[in-house]
Amino acid sequence: MDEMSKTSRRAFLRGSAAVAAGTAAGTVSAQTPDPAITELQDWASYLGAGVDETPYGLPISFESDVIRRNVEWLTASPISSINFTPIHALEGTITPQGCAFERHHSGAIELHKDDYRLMINGLVERPLVFTYEDLERLPRENHVYFCECAANTGMEWAGAQLNGVQFTHGMIHNMEYTGVPLRTLLKEAGADISLDKWVYVEGADASSNGRSIPMEKALDDVLVAFKANGEALRMEHGYPVRLVVPGWEGNLWVKWLRRIEITDRAVESREETSKYTDVYEDGVARKWTWVMDAKSVITSPSPQMPITHGAGPMVISGLAWSGHGQITRVDVSKDGGITWETARLGKQGDTKALTRFYLDTEWDGAPMLLQARAMDDTGYVQPTKEQLREQRGENAVYHNNCIQTWYVDVEGKAENVEVS
Amino acid sequence: MSKFLNIFLPAASGTALALGLAFGLAGRDYNKSTIESLEIQLDQANARTSAAQNTSDAQNEVVQALQDRLTTVEANLAAAASQIGSVAEPAPLKADTYQIGRLALSEEIAAWDVDVLPDGRGLPVGSGDVFTGEEVFADQCAACHGDFAEGVDNWPVLAGGFDTLADEDPIKTVGSYWPHLSTVWDYINRSMPFGAAGTLTADETYAIVAYILYSNDMVDDDFVLSQENFADFEMHNKDGFVLDDRAETEYAAWRTEPCMKNCKEEVEVTMRSVFLVETPPEGGSNSVMNSATIDGLPSFSATGPAFIPAATVAPKAPAATKAIVEEVSAEDQEAQLIDDGKKVFKKCRACHEVGEGAKNGSGPHLNGIVGRTMGSVDGFKYSKVFAAALDDGLVWDDEALASFLEKPKSYMKGTKMAFSGLKKASDQQAVIEYLRTFGE
Repeated sequence: MDEMSKTSRRAFLRGSAAVAAGTAAGTVSAQTPDPAITELQDWASYLGAGVDETPYGLPISFESDVIRRNVEWLTASPISSINFTPIHALEGTITPQGCAFERHHSGAIELHKDDYRLMINGLVERPLVFTYEDLERLPRENHVYFCECAANTGMEWAGAQLNGVQFTHGMIHNMEYTGVPLRTLLKEAGADISLDKWVYVEGADASSNGRSIPMEKALDDVLVAFKANGEALRMEHGYPVRLVVPGWEGNLWVKWLRRIEITDRAVESREETSKYTDVYEDGVARKWTWVMDAKSVITSPSPQMPITHGAGPMVISGLAWSGHGQITRVDVSKDGGITWETARLGKQGDTKALTRFYLDTEWDGAPMLLQARAMDDTGYVQPTKEQLREQRGENAVYHNNCIQTWYVDVEGKAENVEVS
Repeated sequence: MSKFLNIFLPAASGTALALGLAFGLAGRDYNKSTIESLEIQLDQANARTSAAQNTSDAQNEVVQALQDRLTTVEANLAAAASQIGSVAEPAPLKADTYQIGRLALSEEIAAWDVDVLPDGRGLPVGSGDVFTGEEVFADQCAACHGDFAEGVDNWPVLAGGFDTLADEDPIKTVGSYWPHLSTVWDYINRSMPFGAAGTLTADETYAIVAYILYSNDMVDDDFVLSQENFADFEMHNKDGFVLDDRAETEYAAWRTEPCMKNCKEEVEVTMRSVFLVETPPEGGSNSVMNSATIDGLPSFSATGPAFIPAATVAPKAPAATKAIVEEVSAEDQEAQLIDDGKKVFKKCRACHEVGEGAKNGSGPHLNGIVGRTMGSVDGFKYSKVFAAALDDGLVWDDEALASFLEKPKSYMKGTKMAFSGLKKASDQQAVIEYLRTFGE
């Protein structure tokens, strides 16, 4: 028997644990009855939980590993740090709030709606203060948008680092936001909205994270949001009100939004000079790199999601997104970028929102170098790490939207690798 | 005249609103009613155009630009509407304001609007010298940033790193990297110290900034920084930034039809993951060095992998052992508590070391902490409240530790420890048992 068929057979046997094995191809025929079917099970006999037991539900205990995780050595303190969305274990496109990544600079704060105030001042006719209730009286919109930290995949500039898509690509979430367009509030205050003006936004927490947004973007699609996925924002995502800046780096999505100031220039706060800027090889830094370029990644199989069923039909599943607009196409390669197949989009995603893609394929049990490559409606094609490094060197920290490679071995295990 | 037109018309802001609308609407999905409302706006603009004929040339240009943009928007909308059936409409922008919100008082604006612009606007009156700065820095900042702004552990380095920006690992400090002095003042004033933001006076902030400049060898020790000389100060890297140029350097080249077949001759794995990541059930993650090498991995060509490596033989599963259910001994319970404490202590490890060779970090080392006099670790710079506790001879007994761990800031008002506390009594007890295992 050659290596190949041994492998497939073993993998197959493992996949059919409780039943006797059939042949390596075709429908399995069981030789002993499956007790899960033939024996009366507790859950089919005893009573389950009553409707008064779980006023607000969490995932069933069997899914307790589908959680945000942090990497302790990344930062000096978990209070000024980041954790990662378990994107390997999620499907579709909407990220449940409870496992959507968090990034705080001085911790997540508890700010009651009753204590919430939003001020608009600066170059306005009428400096105003809004309460939370005020915001709910203004016309609102619903949009699904992704929020990606500019540092997502940042570690990978230095080569393949952490073995898990949660850790390489998990600084992202995708929610349906409900909020008031920022332009509505600007108009209420009679803001000077000439295009050479800036909108400085600031949070209420101890970090008072502040960023400057050019007027053109502020008038376009920025939302002052108070709900996500149909319910109140979570504390860690800025309850009760956060800014949503579609397609732009997550640091601009100021949480616990407390102040909007119209200015005649960018404030150039700490988060837009010393951070969220990238030094290129010549020592010159790029600033105001707001847009998150098109990117995609295969979430399964991936290091945390090995193939456990052996050779045969399988689904390669992944996510794609672009801060410039809609994802129009995703190609998948199984040989490290020599040959590409166009994947099926699960559903056309909204503009600046996650799109799910699938390659419904057959695994022959041989090793693979899996890659995905996204295209958006500007015609932009997601670059390789080589292309990015040619442009930017290796000292960048942010905006790494390179094509990711997973090496899948004959056992179906996947590993984060870099390829020639 | 409505308020809408009030802000619609004056030359500068009026154009901007029209342009703003254009930007807001271009490329979005609209239906007929939106187009109609824009037609009304266009009519309004037309009316204003006639009115504006009589005004200056400059205003005529503005109105013309405005009209052009609205025409473009209308055309875009018509095109979009022809392709789209029922779509989401944007929230309406009322012609008048909604009169929602109340006027902000000047005291309120003064309290919140404290940001400082690169040209120094927003700075309060005040001053601070290097020597005062050194004292304040030692007291408020050095726990994380080091006495000489060199940075402790993973906390930011604030000094040095000059001429390293083109090196392999650039050292980006206030001195080597920050383009504006305003940013330093603004950030310290609003966001620092970590865990006690907003508590510095203006003079203290000036003094700290002066000391950071001194620690970067950018000023002499007799330097005094104030709102007077602030704007004159030029940072080393002030010209070190250019605007985002991806549109020219990358987009132009990368908006092409991608290759689908025979895109490369051969592909090899050049690097494997540096860290394997364990994801324990209690949360977090453990990074473990990956010992695997690229040897033995196949290269790939258009015909697939060069060879199929043999599967690693799965280790034989140990024979199933009967679950032994015995009464848990007191000893085991103790061991379990210590083990639990070790896990909880992960929350403390960023600042506190324990065990052999434990050193002071952002917080004092905790060897022998149970039963020790408070504030008594040599070489650690305590906050005032712990210095006082030492003077009073207070001792870290179990009860004191548990209370402190529960709510550090309430139990020791003024502590520099930023940690918010362990809510569960079981976690507090577990950590104390764990710490008890480390003697002096």
